[in-house]
Amino acid sequence: MSGAQLRTPLHARHVALGARLAGFAGWEMPLLYSSPSAEHRAVRSASGVFDVSHMGQLEVAGAGSRAYLQSMLTNDVTAIGPGQGQYSLLLQDDGGTVDDLIVYALPDRYLLVVNASNTDACRQRLAERLPGDVTLADRSRELAMLALQGPTWGEVLGPLAGPSPFDLDYFEITEDAVAGVPCLVARTGYTGEAGVELMCPWDGALAVWDALMDAPAPPAPCGLVARDTLRMEMGYPLYGQELSTERTPIEAGLAWACDLEGGGFAGAEVLRAQRAEGTAERLCIFSLTEPGIPRPGHGVVVEGDRVGTVTSGTLSPTLEVGIGMAYVPSEVAGADHDLSIDVRGKLKAARTARRPLVGTSPKKG
Amino acid sequence: MAEGTYPAGLRYHHEHDWVRTEGDEAVFGITWYAQDALGEIVYYDPPEPGTAIAKDSAYGELESVKAVSDIYAPASGEVVAVNQDVMDRPELVNEDPYGAGWLIRVRLSDPAELDALMDVDAYQAYLAGLDG
Repeated sequence: MSGAQLRTPLHARHVALGARLAGFAGWEMPLLYSSPSAEHRAVRSASGVFDVSHMGQLEVAGAGSRAYLQSMLTNDVTAIGPGQGQYSLLLQDDGGTVDDLIVYALPDRYLLVVNASNTDACRQRLAERLPGDVTLADRSRELAMLALQGPTWGEVLGPLAGPSPFDLDYFEITEDAVAGVPCLVARTGYTGEAGVELMCPWDGALAVWDALMDAPAPPAPCGLVARDTLRMEMGYPLYGQELSTERTPIEAGLAWACDLEGGGFAGAEVLRAQRAEGTAERLCIFSLTEPGIPRPGHGVVVEGDRVGTVTSGTLSPTLEVGIGMAYVPSEVAGADHDLSIDVRGKLKAARTARRPLVGTSPKKG
Repeated sequence: MAEGTYPAGLRYHHEHDWVRTEGDEAVFGITWYAQDALGEIVYYDPPEPGTAIAKDSAYGELESVKAVSDIYAPASGEVVAVNQDVMDRPELVNEDPYGAGWLIRVRLSDPAELDALMDVDAYQAYLAGLDG
């Protein structure tokens, strides 16, 4: 990537920790600090912290904001009230996916946390039909974001925050001071483990990071590689891999995040038709049953025919087998179908499975 | 991770592979620079013993969590052994690239090919040029 890359407020910390940095969605981000699999295991067994300040935050406010979001986002925004968040998607009129996101209801506004690579696309899509009684503001460069993930997150955060984060249920959000810095604290994340995401003013992020790292049992600093392998084990889709303007949430297995019964959101008719009639392809998750590592772009082969393409793949640090996701014909997308993956010319046996591939849940703790 | 090390007495290929000759056989592996660039290695896909391999051609693959890298033969010959320990514990290539992390043992078909490879001084000068 050429040109100046954006840096998060924690850039100097990443450099001091010896992180390997790389360009990601216009940002210079830590890929890894030393061992991605050790970082991955730290999150599964203890805790890890990710700098995700590159993610976008769009603020929607005004009297008409709830009705407006209900007309644009796939999930039922009216089902959440202040202090609650919800996984949702923003679609094109044809049902193609602009982004997946979390919408948080705050006392006086909504906050949409979107993918860094899609912040502009989301803002433009939301601006297209913005009513006069709704305002849209991009807070991405004002809000830093840290994800503290893993079963010991509470022990790390406990001495640094008030009691309110510990009363949160999964996907709830509160305001609290962490190490003296005003933060939005949400019981969310994308690792499959319990934990919190902390959003704070850009210039407060260093103090929050340093306080976390000074904890008696500090979280492991974790990079984007571990974030990717953690979400793959859970079968969580990633925009640009599983999700794109060419795929609908029905194909991606995200119908649960779409209010297909009552929803009047943009793209709803296409999704309702797809659910009624089925789609030719659906996203599957699979494990190899022999050594090898599937990678994006590898072919999926059934009875000698290439029928699909791998969208994400890695060696699972937990399971120590190759795992991946792929779009395949719907009839083989369910669990327990035998496939082959064309790993650079060598066919590797694989079997589809249910999500998640590992026995963990972010709802506990 | 420790600073790079490049033993004297090995011959080096520009694709960051090393050769250690032992009689008419040779042991191949990848250099400290190569394992550092690849990162934490999690999978080794070696050739079968008996396979003929050609200088400058890929004979196997090493994968990190994030990327795949072909391994290039610094000289031609026939594979006589594959390091089973690296298949079981690929991280040996990171931990000890010139020792326990060796990759294959080869019966050289043309030992004179080694003369075209770099010695340690030439390889380190080559690396300095890459970092330029």
